[in-house]
Amino acid sequence: MLSRRQATAALAASFAAPWINALQATAAPLAYTLTPEKLDEGIWVVRGVQEAITQGNGGAIANISIIDSKAGAIIIDTGPSLKYGQALSKLATTLTGKPVARVYLTHFHPDHIFGNQAFGPEVIASTQGVKDGLAKVGDGFADAMYRLAGDWMRGTELVLPRKIVDREPEDFGNRKFRPLPMRGHTGSDLVLFEEHSGFLFAGDLVFLDRAPTTPHADLERWRISLSNLGGIPHRRLIPGHGPAEDTTRGLDQTLQWLDAIEAQIKSAFDRGLDISEAIALPLPDWTSAIALSSYEYERTVMHLYPQLEAKRWPRVDQEASETK
Amino acid sequence: MRTLASSVLLIIVALSVAAAPALSAPPADPLNSPMWTDMVKKLLLDGPVVIDDRVKVIVPSVVENQAQVPVTADARAVDGVVKLIVFADLNPVQHILTMTPAKAAPYVAFRLKVEQATPVRAAAQTSDGVWHVGSVYLNAAGGGCSATAMARNEADWSSTVGQAQGKMWLETDGLSRARFRVRHPMDTGLAKDGTPVFIIEKLELKGASGDPLATIELHEPVGEDPTLTLLLKMAPGDASLNIEGRDNNGSIYRSKIPAPGRQSKLKASTTKEAPC
Repeated sequence: MLSRRQATAALAASFAAPWINALQATAAPLAYTLTPEKLDEGIWVVRGVQEAITQGNGGAIANISIIDSKAGAIIIDTGPSLKYGQALSKLATTLTGKPVARVYLTHFHPDHIFGNQAFGPEVIASTQGVKDGLAKVGDGFADAMYRLAGDWMRGTELVLPRKIVDREPEDFGNRKFRPLPMRGHTGSDLVLFEEHSGFLFAGDLVFLDRAPTTPHADLERWRISLSNLGGIPHRRLIPGHGPAEDTTRGLDQTLQWLDAIEAQIKSAFDRGLDISEAIALPLPDWTSAIALSSYEYERTVMHLYPQLEAKRWPRVDQEASETK
Repeated sequence: MRTLASSVLLIIVALSVAAAPALSAPPADPLNSPMWTDMVKKLLLDGPVVIDDRVKVIVPSVVENQAQVPVTADARAVDGVVKLIVFADLNPVQHILTMTPAKAAPYVAFRLKVEQATPVRAAAQTSDGVWHVGSVYLNAAGGGCSATAMARNEADWSSTVGQAQGKMWLETDGLSRARFRVRHPMDTGLAKDGTPVFIIEKLELKGASGDPLATIELHEPVGEDPTLTLLLKMAPGDASLNIEGRDNNGSIYRSKIPAPGRQSKLKASTTKEAPC
């Protein structure tokens, strides 16, 4: 079977079909517009849109940070595609006037890592867990991204990080990054604390005004990580999605969301509701101010239900009653 | 006095009249699927077909796992349903399952493997032979049917085959709701590794006294570890729901779920909690 990427390439190659030519002729060339928001001297965030990945936004939904240092530009997460990575590399060089010295990946989700290709693999750093996760499922992520974002993904291939970070700080002269490996949003989440500015780059352990995603989440671990993050004195927190504020809103809201939807899903499960019935339940009123609340709730029901069924239902087969 | 020939002719005429509605063109498909007419010919030939919004098919707005897409087929708003077929026009195996309710609501929720975006339909046949069809379009990336079963990644998969978990609840309308899963790879035979078809083909649901409640015929697109929700009309005082599954290798899997309201009493003696 063709992979989605091969199929897309085949489609792109089949220019003989006149209706495809017509479509191509009317479509504007795809280009990301990266607008840096200056948070502090030498620190910028390129905000992702508060949407799901679509062919409209090209998957540019996650926050990407650029930090100037004496050693060069430092980038946190690389975005959804080769095209995005190239635009990001150019932007970082323009803003800092220096080549890219380090790229950190906060976790393995596709909206954060498919710009890797625009950077030398030797500057890309992640935890061992992120590298292992990408090696295992990165190609599958690529196929999914080609389908969701379409032509924005053209030419994008998975590039694995070469540098593994654990807890050892990295000194870039006037910047010192302390990597803080955590878990919960995925099996390996890397938080970065920059000691000179007091900025905390939380990755997708924190969402603000956008509903958290849970395809690889462990909610219990996630809550522990949020508690640990709250214990780190910081001047400003940059979430994976949403505005970078000097408040605790991101930490509070992420915790409140996880607690609320987990309680609702477990209650639905315990009452015997099927998945589709659980999805149809209304969310608490306060969530209406949060982007994608219904969409992410629906996804989370589908993530949690099979786990609950496997863990919570009693064994009922004959073998179980005989061995008792 | 009629001759033999004229009797035969009469029978032929009678048969063609009876068969006429099914042979005529089916109603227009609201989803405009290229496979609609073929699907009617393949699965719904024994009665007239009508599009009926009272037959609901519920699928999620987003597919998270192409091998486990939750689907609910609900024909409770139609009286006198004797058979409920669920199928997906554009799946490599289109027929997903057939539920025959003896003492059960025409309702079944399960998980589907989907190979590509496709209409998913529920056809409820009433006792007058009419097929009432409800449809929904499922948008999906696909690949669910040609992926290897998750169980095939585990060396000891065979040790869990047939294990079952489940629970029952009493509905406010007096029906008994059963939710259960039976561990089984449900190999479609379409996976790249060449694993042949290995599926549970039939689940028979009976009361403790052997009272038939429902039969479900399963096909390849039903997701690995079939997980179902059903609404059963159990006799008052019936102690348990007995489920007998049979796969295409001839293995029989028996399970027993304590009836709702008796959960606590039976739980201690016959079941154990799966390790968390």
